[in-house]
Amino acid sequence: MTELLIRTGEPTASVVLPEPPTRRERVRLLLRFLGRRPGLVVAAVVVVLVVLAAFAPGVLAPGDPTIGVVAEKLRPPSGAHWFGTDHLGRDLFTRVVHGASLSLQATLLAVAVALVVGGLVGLLAGFVGRWVDEVLMRVVDVLLSIPAILLSLALITAMGYGITKVAIAVGVASVANFARVMRAETLRIRRSTYVEAARAVGTRWYVTLWKHVLPNAAGPVVVLAVLEFGLAILAVSSLSFLGYGAPPPAPEWGALIAEGRNYLATSWWLCALPGLTIAATVLSVNRISRALDGEGRRGR
Amino acid sequence: MSRYLLRRLCTAVAVLWAAYTVTFVVLWLLPGDPITTMASGGLDGEPLGPAAIEALKARYGFDRPLLVQYGSHLWAALHGDLGSSIQTGQDVRAAIGEALPPTIQIALGGLLVAVVLGSALALAATATRLRWLRQVLMALPSLAVSLPVFWVGLMLVQIFSFGLHLLPSVGAKGVEALVLPSITLGLPMGALIAQVLAKSLDQVLDEPYVQTARAKGVGRSVLLLGHALQNAALPALTVLGYVAGNLLAGTVVVETVFTRPGLGRLAVQAVGVQDIPVVQGIVLFASLVFVLVNLLVDLLYPVLDPRIAKGVPAVA
Amino acid sequence: MSEPASETSARRLLEITDLDVSYRVAGGRIDAVQRVSLSVAPGEVVAVVGESGSGKSTLAQAVIGLLPGTGTVTGGSIRLGGKELTGLSDKAFRSVRGRRIGLVPQDPTVSLNPVHTVGRQVGEVLRTHGLADRRTAAVRAVELLGRAGLPDPQVRAGQYPHELSGGMRQRVLIAVATAADPELVIADEPTSALDATVQRRILDQLDALRAEGTAMLLITHDLGVAADRADRVVVMSGGRIVEEGPVERILREPTQAYTRTLVAAAPGLAAPVTPRRVPTTAPLVQVTGLTKEFPLPGRRSLRAVEDVSFTIARGETLGLVGESGSGKSTTARLVLRLADPTAGEIRFDGADITGLRGKAWRELRRRAQVVYQNPYASLDPRYSVREVIAEPLRAFGVTDHSRVGELLSRVALPSALLDRRPVELSGGQRQRVAIARALALSPDLMVCDEPVSALDVSVQAQVLDLLEELQREQGLTYLFISHDLAVVRRIAHRVGVMRAGRLLELRPTEELFTDPHHEYTTELLAAIAGARVGAS
Repeated sequence: MTELLIRTGEPTASVVLPEPPTRRERVRLLLRFLGRRPGLVVAAVVVVLVVLAAFAPGVLAPGDPTIGVVAEKLRPPSGAHWFGTDHLGRDLFTRVVHGASLSLQATLLAVAVALVVGGLVGLLAGFVGRWVDEVLMRVVDVLLSIPAILLSLALITAMGYGITKVAIAVGVASVANFARVMRAETLRIRRSTYVEAARAVGTRWYVTLWKHVLPNAAGPVVVLAVLEFGLAILAVSSLSFLGYGAPPPAPEWGALIAEGRNYLATSWWLCALPGLTIAATVLSVNRISRALDGEGRRGR
Repeated sequence: MSRYLLRRLCTAVAVLWAAYTVTFVVLWLLPGDPITTMASGGLDGEPLGPAAIEALKARYGFDRPLLVQYGSHLWAALHGDLGSSIQTGQDVRAAIGEALPPTIQIALGGLLVAVVLGSALALAATATRLRWLRQVLMALPSLAVSLPVFWVGLMLVQIFSFGLHLLPSVGAKGVEALVLPSITLGLPMGALIAQVLAKSLDQVLDEPYVQTARAKGVGRSVLLLGHALQNAALPALTVLGYVAGNLLAGTVVVETVFTRPGLGRLAVQAVGVQDIPVVQGIVLFASLVFVLVNLLVDLLYPVLDPRIAKGVPAVA
Repeated sequence: MSEPASETSARRLLEITDLDVSYRVAGGRIDAVQRVSLSVAPGEVVAVVGESGSGKSTLAQAVIGLLPGTGTVTGGSIRLGGKELTGLSDKAFRSVRGRRIGLVPQDPTVSLNPVHTVGRQVGEVLRTHGLADRRTAAVRAVELLGRAGLPDPQVRAGQYPHELSGGMRQRVLIAVATAADPELVIADEPTSALDATVQRRILDQLDALRAEGTAMLLITHDLGVAADRADRVVVMSGGRIVEEGPVERILREPTQAYTRTLVAAAPGLAAPVTPRRVPTTAPLVQVTGLTKEFPLPGRRSLRAVEDVSFTIARGETLGLVGESGSGKSTTARLVLRLADPTAGEIRFDGADITGLRGKAWRELRRRAQVVYQNPYASLDPRYSVREVIAEPLRAFGVTDHSRVGELLSRVALPSALLDRRPVELSGGQRQRVAIARALALSPDLMVCDEPVSALDVSVQAQVLDLLEELQREQGLTYLFISHDLAVVRRIAHRVGVMRAGRLLELRPTEELFTDPHHEYTTELLAAIAGARVGAS
C-alpha cells in the first residue's frame, strides 16, 4: 500500500509495504542469513558443544577425569589422547570436557546474580528516579571505580574459597554494568512518547512497567548478558588459576592451566589446549552477542 | 572553570569515601566474624594462636559497636593508618609503598603498549580503503579480549622464553624483563582502546560536519587527522580511568605468571591468607588511582572540547 | 525567465543528461534517480521539488560527488561548464568541490565542526584550494562572514559553533559554501531546520548570491519556497522528473496530475477558504491565567507559559501557533493535565480540573485525548496495531474489543494492518493509528500536537481531511498546535498566536490572516513561504 492514494500509476522509489513471509520463506531466509555469516555458524556449533560437555560430559569424553595411568604421564597430543596427558597420566581432553560443567555452572550463577541484582537496581533507579536514582547510581559508580577482579578478590577474602563463592564474587563485580544498562534503557523508555501516550490513555504505572518498559528494555540487557557470559568465563577461570576455586583434583579450566604451568617448559599442551578451549568458548559467545546486538539495532 | 574543577574534586573525595565504606562493608561486615576469618590463615597461611587473636581484638576493637568501629577505622585511614598485615605484621601503607615501584614499571609499560597499539590499529583500520584489511584489523581486538590474560602470558613465556630464549620468563631485572609482562598487561586494554577509538572515528566520519568538510574539497588524511581525530578522541578519553584501574588489576595475574614482585603479588598473597587489612589497602589504592586518573582526564577535557570549557553540555 | 529552447550548451553551467543513480541494498538495488535531465544556466536559480523518496537529495549528492558508499552513478552524465564530472576520481573531484561547486547543508546545528572556530572553518576552504595562506585566510574569513550577513564578524570568527544561534550558523555555512566564489551553489533544504522568521532571512541571504552571478540548485520539499525564490522549478517523484518549467507556469498551469496535487496540498499556496463559522456553543474548555514555571539549576526558573487565557467551544478547532519555545506544547499538556500548572485555572465542561488527581484524573483520560507529533515515537514498537488501539480500552477494563476494527476503518485503514507492527507502516499510516487510538474512548476533546509536521505535504492534506471529517461526524473539539500558520489556516476556526509563553492575540482565522493586530503576527504571516506567488 503506497502512501499517496492519488498517484496515477507512476512507479515510486519508496518502499512498498511487504507481505509477511510464509513459513517456507522464513526458513529460506534463515538459511540464507546463516550462509552469509559462517563465523556465526561456527560460534553456534562451539557453544552447543560446550553446553553438551557441561550437561552430558560422558557423551564427548566417556572416561574418568580423575583416573590416570602414571606410565602414560606427560604424553603429547596423539590419536589415543587428543589433548595429551598430564603429570599424573590423566587424559587432558577428558578433564577439559568434565571441567566444562564446573566452569559453566559457575558462569551461569555469576551472570544470573549480576542480571537479577543489577537489573532490579537499574530498573528501580530508572523508573522511580529522583533521590532513589541518585543514591543507587552513586553506589554503582563506586563499584565501577574498583576494578572487577579486585572487588572479587575482596569478596573472596571475606567469604572464603570454592567455586560457588568465586561465582558469586564474579557476579557481584558485574552488577554495576547491568545496573547501568538497565537504568539507561528504563530512562529512555520512560521518557519516550509512547509511554506518555500510554499514560494519556489511562494505563496504570505497573501495567506500563510490565507491558512497555520491560519488553523494550529486554533487548540490550540480553545482549549484555551474553557478553557478560564471556567475560564471566574469563573471570572465573582467572580466579581459579590463582587457586581460589574448586580444590584439586577438580578439572576447572583455570585450575588445569595452573597445574600445567609447572611443566610449561616441556609440555606445552598442558597450558595451551585448555586455554584455547577457554578462548574458543569466549570468542563464540562474543560472536553470538554481536549478532544479537546487530539484529536488535535493526529492529529499533 | 574552577567551579567545574571544584565540583570534580568534591566528587572524587566522595567516591573515595564511598569506596572505603564499600570495602569496609565487604571485608569487615560481610564475614560474620572477621577475626575468625583473619585468624584462620586461609589457603596458604598458618592459623593464628590465641595470643595473636587477642592482640588483633585489641588492635581493631571488635567488641565496640559497628558505627564506632567504622568511625575509628575511617579516622585512622584518613591519617594514613590502614592497619597492619595479619601475617607479617608490616604496616599496610609501608607494604604497598614497597610493592609499588615494580608494579608502576609494568603498568607504564602496559599503558604505552595499550595506547600505541590501540590507536595505531584504530587509525589504520579507519584509514585503509581495502575492505578486507579493515575487517582483519577490526577482528583483532575482539580476539584479544577473548583470551584469558594469564594464558596469554604463559604462551608468550612459552614461545619467547622457553622456545626462542629471547626474553626472561621470571624476575624483574633489567629492561628485558619488562617486555613480556608489559605486552601481556597492555594487550586487553589496547584492544579496548582500539575498539572504542575505531567506533568513535567511524561515528565521527558519518557526522554532517565531516560531510561539510568533504564538500569543501578537503582530502582524506586531513579529514581523518585534522577533523575526525580530535572529536573522536573525546569518548576514547573517558575510558582512560577504566584503563588505568584495569592495568592495576591486571598486575594481579601478570605478576603471578611472571613471578615478579609488586602490588599484584602482594594482593594474591594477602587473599591467600585472608589478610583483610592488606586487601582493603590495595583495593583502596586502586580506587585512588582510578579517581586520580579521572580527575586528570577532567582537566584535559576542556582543552580538547571547547563546549566543555564554556560549560555547555556536549550533545552526544 | 525562460530560456529559448535553441540556446547553445555553452550557456549552460550545469548540464545533467539522463542520469541514473542507484543504491546497493541487502538483496538488490534501489534506483533512486532514473533518467533525469536538467540544466542550470549561470546566475539561474533552479528549484528541485519533491517529497521524501523522490530522489532530489540523491541528485544533489551525485552532482557534488558525495554519494554515500553504497550509491553509484550507473548511467548518464553531469557536466559542469563543459567538464564531465561522473567518473572523476575522488582526488580530481576534490578540486571541484568547494571551488567550483559549493554546498549549503540542511541542518546548521550539526554541520559545523564543534571543536574548530567558525573563522577557521571558513578559511579552510581557501587554504584547501590554495587560494590563501593561513594569515590571509583568517582575514578573508572575517570578510566572508560579514558578506554572509553575520553581525560582528570579527568577534564571531573566533567563536565556536555552539556559541552561535541556528540562523547565525546557517550564515556561516553559506560563507563556507561561497568562500571560493564557486560557479554553482547547491542548497539542500537550507531552511527546513529553522524557525519561520529566520528561514526568510536566510533565503534572502541566498537571494543575494544571485546578484553576484552564482547559479543555485535549490533542493526543497516546500513548493512555497520554490515559488518565492526560484526561476525554474523541476518536480521530482520516485526518482524521475515529473514536470519542469518556469515557476509561474508550474504554479498556475501544472500539466501533470502529481504537480497539481503538490500545488493543491502546499499550505502556503492554497487560496484562502471561506471563513468558517465559529461555533457559539457552551465552552468545553476554559483556561484562565495559566502559568507554568520550570525550575532551572541555580535558582533561576523558566516561565514556559505565562498568564494564558482562552476558551474552546464544543465542536470548535482552536489553533495555537508559535515558534519553538513559545510554550504552545506546554499549554497543550497543561490543558490535558499531563503536567501540573504553577498557577491559573482550567475548567473542563464546567468542572474545575486544575488540581485533579487519582481516580478523577484517570476519568479525565476518557474525555480528553492527545495525538502526538512524531508518529514514529508515539507507538510502542513492540505492539501490534490491534494492541495499540485496544490499549485505552484495556486500561479502562472494557473487554469487548470489537471496536478496534471499527476504529481502524474509521481512519481509512484496511483491517489487514491489525496484526502488523508500527515499523512496517508509513508515517501517515502510523499517525492514523494514533488517531484511532485517541478515538477509542470516544473523547470530547482531542489535543493535536503538531500532528502533521512530520509528514509529507500530500499526506498532510489527507490527515487534515480526516480530522475535519471526524469533527463533523462526532462533534469533536480540537486544540490544534502547530508552528505552521498555513496548516492551521486550513483547519482552525480561531487561531491564537503564542510567543515566549504569552498569548499575543486570539482571533477568528481569516481575520487573523487578513488583518493581524500584533506586529509579531505580521512577521509570522510574512514568513509563510509561497505568500509571494500564491494565488492572489
